[in-house]
Amino acid sequence: MRSLILQTAIRYLVPLQLMFSIYLLLGGHQQPGGGFVGGLIAASAFSIYAIANGVESARRTLRVDPRLLIGVGLSMALSSGLLGLILDGGFLVSQWGEREYPGVGTLSTPLLFDTGVYTVVIGVVLLVIFSLMEEEQEA
Amino acid sequence: MSLAVISGFAAAPAVPLLYRLAREKTGWIVALLPLSLFVYFASLLGRIVDGQIVTAAVEWVPSLDVNLTFRTDGLSLVFALIITGIGTLVFLYGGAYLHGHAFTGRFYTAITLFMASMLGVVMADNIILLFVFWELTSFTSYVLIGFYNEREAARDAARQALIVTSAGGLFMLAGLILLSLSAGTWEISEIVARGAAIQADDRYVAALILILLGAFTKSAQFPFHFWLPGAMEAPAPVSAYLHSATMVNAGIYLMARLHPALGGTDEWHVLVTAAGAATMLLGGYLAWQKTDLKQILAYSTVSALGIMTFLLGLGTEETLTAAMLFLLVHALYKGALFMVAGSVDHATGTREIGELGGLRRAMPMTALAAALAALSMAGLPPLLGFVAKELIYEGTLHLHDTSAWIALITLLAVLGNLFNVTAAGLAAIRPFWGKVKSPHTPHDVSATMWAAPLILGGLSLALGVALTAYEPVLERMVEAVHGEPVHLHLALWHGWTTMLALSGVTFAGGLALYLAAPRLSRPAVSLGRALDPVAPSRLYADLIHGTVDAATAGSRIILTAYLRQYIRVIMITLVAALGYVFATRIEFDNLLHSSGVRVYEVVIAGVIIAAALTVTQLNKRLSAAAALGVVGYGVTLIYILYGAPDLAMTQFAIETLTVILFVVVIYRLPKLKQLSSTTARRMDAVLAVVVGVTMTLLTLVVTSVPMRSQLSPFFAEMSYIAAHGHNVVNVILVDFRGFDTMGEITVLSVAAIGVFALLRLNLDKPKPGEQRAPERREPEERGR
Repeated sequence: MRSLILQTAIRYLVPLQLMFSIYLLLGGHQQPGGGFVGGLIAASAFSIYAIANGVESARRTLRVDPRLLIGVGLSMALSSGLLGLILDGGFLVSQWGEREYPGVGTLSTPLLFDTGVYTVVIGVVLLVIFSLMEEEQEA
Repeated sequence: MSLAVISGFAAAPAVPLLYRLAREKTGWIVALLPLSLFVYFASLLGRIVDGQIVTAAVEWVPSLDVNLTFRTDGLSLVFALIITGIGTLVFLYGGAYLHGHAFTGRFYTAITLFMASMLGVVMADNIILLFVFWELTSFTSYVLIGFYNEREAARDAARQALIVTSAGGLFMLAGLILLSLSAGTWEISEIVARGAAIQADDRYVAALILILLGAFTKSAQFPFHFWLPGAMEAPAPVSAYLHSATMVNAGIYLMARLHPALGGTDEWHVLVTAAGAATMLLGGYLAWQKTDLKQILAYSTVSALGIMTFLLGLGTEETLTAAMLFLLVHALYKGALFMVAGSVDHATGTREIGELGGLRRAMPMTALAAALAALSMAGLPPLLGFVAKELIYEGTLHLHDTSAWIALITLLAVLGNLFNVTAAGLAAIRPFWGKVKSPHTPHDVSATMWAAPLILGGLSLALGVALTAYEPVLERMVEAVHGEPVHLHLALWHGWTTMLALSGVTFAGGLALYLAAPRLSRPAVSLGRALDPVAPSRLYADLIHGTVDAATAGSRIILTAYLRQYIRVIMITLVAALGYVFATRIEFDNLLHSSGVRVYEVVIAGVIIAAALTVTQLNKRLSAAAALGVVGYGVTLIYILYGAPDLAMTQFAIETLTVILFVVVIYRLPKLKQLSSTTARRMDAVLAVVVGVTMTLLTLVVTSVPMRSQLSPFFAEMSYIAAHGHNVVNVILVDFRGFDTMGEITVLSVAAIGVFALLRLNLDKPKPGEQRAPERREPEERGR
């Protein structure tokens, strides 16, 4: 499905979507948003990119295999839990940093956890969508 | 001490790696683990003999009183020594036995786990912990019995052992919980001290029966004895370990451990003694008819376990002592004999005693080991077996009961021991003596393979002579079982007593049966055949087949392979269940009055309904997907209106992705067809409306009930204080209920990998150059 209009629009849409998804991820603790929604938005950005420019191109732009994202995301969530266990004696007991960083806020294990969720969601959705699209190409 | 139990679990995953590096030397390295554990437990001997108790505790789930509490007293210690000591020999022997086998690494992993589980069973002082280890032994023995997993018989035997023992384990769990409730504690050491309270409780009989079910299945007591001979499919070192030191003794251990709490009542005496006696006689009777070395040994194990149970059931100080000593005797000789059987099989390629004879010339050391073990098994002086047998008779003769009863019990004991003499002769003497017979020229086995059984045989002799050396340990062990202090005076020679006369009778009878066995076995086997339809093994087989048949029949009705059929069933069930509740419990009079409906709500609802109706009318997939998207976006609007922006955003993103997914897969799908008849569609429409109305009613009912949640205010209040976040939804997801979220993303990942596997690893896919199979057609088309 190659369409010049879509391809051109995507060039502006995808960065915006990705930025929005990161905004949702970081802001999620205080305002509506969070890793899950953010991940979905980022995944849909790459999915639309894949529809416009083909799966291979989308994979190149993503740079990493979705399967790796799943693994990394799960590890992040797990390590945020382990950090709580090591530092405070309880699995998933949240830990908060001292300093506040502009745009990011305070570093904390919930943020790490949420970033893990974000990464897993992107990986899961893209793994399914890319696989389906490649299957279609082969057929 | 916790470390001692856990070390096996920690070491097991490393074993396959070790095997890659060390190959055939793995056995020697892995055997260091049981060996060092053995040394550790041996170092506790002094303290235990002094009457101390070694404990260790780690909190696990303190809110449920489930903790990692371990405790070593005389009973645990002797068990631990048997497990690790024989374990060391089995590990070494196994390496030689499986020399060059492709699964050797796997064998060591499984057997290490198994050893650790077994140690856990005898060390655990918490009921739940005990159960966890108990089931772990079932599971690991399942892996071990099914070791030759390419053989169907091995798989069946493993499954049978697993089903029987873990089913028993579940009954036992119920029993153990009842027991803990009546005792008011989960710690076994405290439960044992509260026997009187437990036996006065109404729950006593139920708890006793349930716990005994667990013990009986594990220790292969009648009528659950049939799984044990089947387990002969395991490699010989596994059989040696399972039968001598571990798995099957777990049931004996449990009965011994809980004897102070449960024993001493009429129910205990009747149930345990009767099961033990039946098992002892049946196992012994079946053993001498067999011609396969391992089968003979397996049935004699059944018989020996019966003897122990029988003695525990009688429950006097003397019978308990006899039971515990016999446990040790049996572990030593049975471990040795199974290794001998493995060596014979290894050397000659057969285990049929009819085809074997005179092997002592070719394998002299193995023959010596066999002879020592068999003499102990037959209960001849000066071996340990003799001491135990004398104690058994002493115990039965000193029962505080009528003389008729004493005579009966003693007669039973004589019969049980008599069968042992016969089995010992058949298994250990016949292959090694007489005319040289073997399918092909036997070769001797490696030094490890004869040394291991020889050590065990030698111990049977040494412990028979050096009685005083371990008397204090045995004293502590029996004390734990009896619940009161005991004083033992073991002796080889008691003078000319009734016991000695009974020993003579036993030996003569066993010898006579041994000589007559070849002639008698044929009628005995045909008698067995005649009884086959009522044999427990047959009942088990029928039960399994019946279950499979019922499941097949049931799935043929329910699993029609039509998604819409499933949905219909689900919907109808839902409507029927909810409808029943509505009809009987709810008053509808004032449901509709309370709600103030606004215009835009009606508009949104109208849009959703219109879109839903459109979906059913469209026959192009893309437009149907788009219309379905409208339904989703309508729902999103409702979320926004009622103040759930997080939910709305997620719903919105999901709807978008769903449309994308549809677009991606739509080209794969065949054209939409009229798949159902008009009548079916009308029926579906009716069903849809009914479901819709039901759900609406449900919503009204739910919302009309005032909310009295304590959680919402709590989360709202604590959100910023405890988790530094204003967005309660997200705080709940990543903080308060982070564990749930972690589970969810894991499930999500697994699902995605499943999809990936289905698409990418499609086994039906034609290889390049092959003709592609014709497009699969819709099932209905074939029907018409």
